[in-house]
Amino acid sequence: MKLSEEKSDYGKSVIEIKDLRKSFGDNHVLNGFNLTLKEGGNLVIMGKSGSGKSVMIKCIVGLVAPDSGSVKILGKEINNLNRKAMDELRLDIGFLFQGSALYDSMTVRENLEFPMRRHKKKLGVGKDTKPLVLEALENVGLAHTIDLMPSELSGGMKRRVALARTLILKPKVILYDEPTSGLDPITSKEIIELMHNVQKRYGTSSLIITHDVDCARVISDRMILLVDGINYAEGTYAELSKSTDPKVEAFFKN
Amino acid sequence: MINRIKQFFIETGDLSYFAARFFKEALKPPFEFKELLRQCYQMGNRSLFLVGITGFIIGLVLTLQSRPTLIQFGAVSWMPNMVGISIVREVGPVITALICAGRIASGIGAELGSMRVTEQIDAMEVSGTNPFKYLVVTRILATTLMLPLLVVFGDLLALFGSALLENIKGGVSFQLYFNTVFNALSFSDLVPATIKSFFFGFIIGLVGSYKGYYCKKGTAGVGVAANTAVVMASLLLFLVDFIAVIITDIFYEL
Repeated sequence: MKLSEEKSDYGKSVIEIKDLRKSFGDNHVLNGFNLTLKEGGNLVIMGKSGSGKSVMIKCIVGLVAPDSGSVKILGKEINNLNRKAMDELRLDIGFLFQGSALYDSMTVRENLEFPMRRHKKKLGVGKDTKPLVLEALENVGLAHTIDLMPSELSGGMKRRVALARTLILKPKVILYDEPTSGLDPITSKEIIELMHNVQKRYGTSSLIITHDVDCARVISDRMILLVDGINYAEGTYAELSKSTDPKVEAFFKN
Repeated sequence: MINRIKQFFIETGDLSYFAARFFKEALKPPFEFKELLRQCYQMGNRSLFLVGITGFIIGLVLTLQSRPTLIQFGAVSWMPNMVGISIVREVGPVITALICAGRIASGIGAELGSMRVTEQIDAMEVSGTNPFKYLVVTRILATTLMLPLLVVFGDLLALFGSALLENIKGGVSFQLYFNTVFNALSFSDLVPATIKSFFFGFIIGLVGSYKGYYCKKGTAGVGVAANTAVVMASLLLFLVDFIAVIITDIFYEL
């Protein structure tokens, strides 16, 4: 397989990663990973547990500092940004966490209001944020949960509320960390559909980390298989699923 | 053994760095006043009952235990002076701080630890909110401001407990008891005790936040964070108390 940049008909790059390296002691997690996500694209990263997917996605939003390499988001090299500039850039990046990461001491409404509290002026939001919160919840079909606590929601509902929280800032790019993990097949399908609708409605670019081959098939227009911290294989779902390489084949069969 | 010594120095260094970061972030806007007030309410108001009941019992016990000895020496009239000075100078602040170390430091350790392992702190970071400022600074400030008030409340109830017992056993009126106590107390008793209460509050908030904020190893780590927060805060409280007594002795010649 060719380890080239993402070939697509989309526009400029929204995320560009070059030669990304990260080690934790003797554990070399990323060993020169490369990635380019074009505007409007849906790029899926697949790999076994411990292959460095989550570390890579956390390097993109600055939660983990890479040892070396370049990470450019919307044309800005994040290694050169100070805290204030990084926070401003983060307004354009949505992040859906694997376990939803809803603030469990806050109601659903407070969860959705939280990301807006320091950016109301920039977002053009007045004091009353309820209409915006309701709109975001309606997008995920959960307007009735506005006053509930996260502990009162099911796993699938939590994931959808987390997606609504991500969407409320109207980001240009959304990073999904295992969006369907721990969910039953029906709820997984609902979440995948929701991701698809979000992409259509808001025209966001998406970087999706997943183990779920079905999710990858439905949502991806390009895929990268991450093995031992490097791009082992790249291509469309159709190309990779027909691969005769034992490592790629094993992944799709499993 | 060498590893333990090494670990001790690493822990001391990390805690000092954490404290330095607190001062840096606390002085820099934006300030999280709303969250600070919420934390003050949580830590102050919700500890009142526990601190009050403990103070009352300590006052009763101290009086009951000292009575036979003072009667033996014909010095039972010195009871208000002895109990008043010992409660205000030492017993009140230390007992209140230890109770708060058990209740508040473990609570902060568990809450922040749980937020860390469920990626809620990371979610805050990627939404453009500084989690250190929002979670840590507010909690440390709240404990620092609330502990002196709790100490005053605990002291008053301890003195009331002592006065009640003296009233029942020795027929001493409440007015006479409190007049004697306040005549016996001087600035050299009140000022150092109040100042050290602020430090006790700071230690409780600092250690609880430090242990929770850097919690590792999943849900098991949350328990460890809560547990070690209490142990470390209690040990540091005694150390700070010892230093405070030495400094007070230099200034006031106790």
